[in-house]
Amino acid sequence: MNTLFRSAVRCLRAGAVCRTGRVDGPVSYAPARLLCVAAGQDFADIVKKDKVVVFMKGTPAQPMCGFSNAVVQILRMHGVDEYTSYNVLDDQDLRQGVKTFSNWPTIPQVFFNGEFVGGCDILLQMHQNGDLVEELNKLGIRSALLGEEKDGKSK
Amino acid sequence: MLPRVLRCSRPAVNTITFFQQTAGFRPQMAHGRPVESAIRAKLTQALEPNHLEVINESHMHAVPPGSESHFRVLVVSQRFEGLSLLQRHRLVNETLREELSTLVHALAIQAKTPQQWDINPSLAKSPSCMGGSKHDNTVADKLKAGRD
Repeated sequence: MNTLFRSAVRCLRAGAVCRTGRVDGPVSYAPARLLCVAAGQDFADIVKKDKVVVFMKGTPAQPMCGFSNAVVQILRMHGVDEYTSYNVLDDQDLRQGVKTFSNWPTIPQVFFNGEFVGGCDILLQMHQNGDLVEELNKLGIRSALLGEEKDGKSK
Repeated sequence: MLPRVLRCSRPAVNTITFFQQTAGFRPQMAHGRPVESAIRAKLTQALEPNHLEVINESHMHAVPPGSESHFRVLVVSQRFEGLSLLQRHRLVNETLREELSTLVHALAIQAKTPQQWDINPSLAKSPSCMGGSKHDNTVADKLKAGRD
C-alpha cells in the first residue's frame, strides 16, 4: 500500500500522466517525463498507448479548465471513464509538444486509436450529432447512451 | 519643493479620474479592440462568410477586464461544404495562426455551411471557466504581449 502511495505521489509530482479508473482504484506510474522529453516520435507512441487519449488542463477528477471539463463530462456520459489523460499544466514541454505534433493550437486534445479527433467543440458536436457513438463503436467501446435507449431499466 | 510638485500633479490625477467616471471606459479599451478586429478581418477575407460572429469571451475567464484572450467564433461559409469538422476547424485555425500563437489563448469554433445554418441558426455557449487561466503563466504572457 505504501509502495502504491509512493508511486502515486511520484506520478502526481511528475504531473503528466494519470491512468484513470475507479476513484479509489490504483494509479499506475508511467514514465511520462521520459516519454515527453524526447520529442517528435514519442508523441506518436504516446497517443497510441490507449484507445482514448486526452491532453487536458487538470485531471479527469479535477479539471482546471471549462473546455477540458466538457471533454471529460462528454466522455463520462458515454460511459468512457477508463482512458489515459495528460495534464499539460504540469509539463510545458508536453503542452507545446502536443500542439506541434497535432498542429492544433489549443488544449484539450482528444485522440482515438492514435488519431487526432479534435478539441472540445468537435467532441461536443460529435456527441450532439451521434457521430461519437459511432466512433466509440469503432474503438470497440459501446456507448452508455446506447444502453440506456435499449433498456429503460438500466442505470 | 515637494508641496509644489504635489500641487502640480494633483489636478492631472483629478482629470484622469474625471474622464474615467464620466466616459465609463477603461484605459485598456481606449484604443479599440484590435484583436477582435483582426480576427473579423482575417476570417472575412479568407472564408467569405455569409454570417460571422466574433465574440470576446475573456470576461468569462480569470483574466483582467478588457482582455482579448478568449474568443468564440461562428463562421457560416460555403467554403466548408464537403469538409469534415476537423478540416473546417483547421481552416479557421490556419487563418488565425498568428493571433493564436501570440495573443489569443482560447478559441471556440462553430463552422457551418449556409444550409446547416439555415436548419439550426444558433450560437453555442462556452462552458463555465474553472479558473485555469489564473494559474497559467502562458496566459499572462499573451496578455502582456497584447498590451505591449
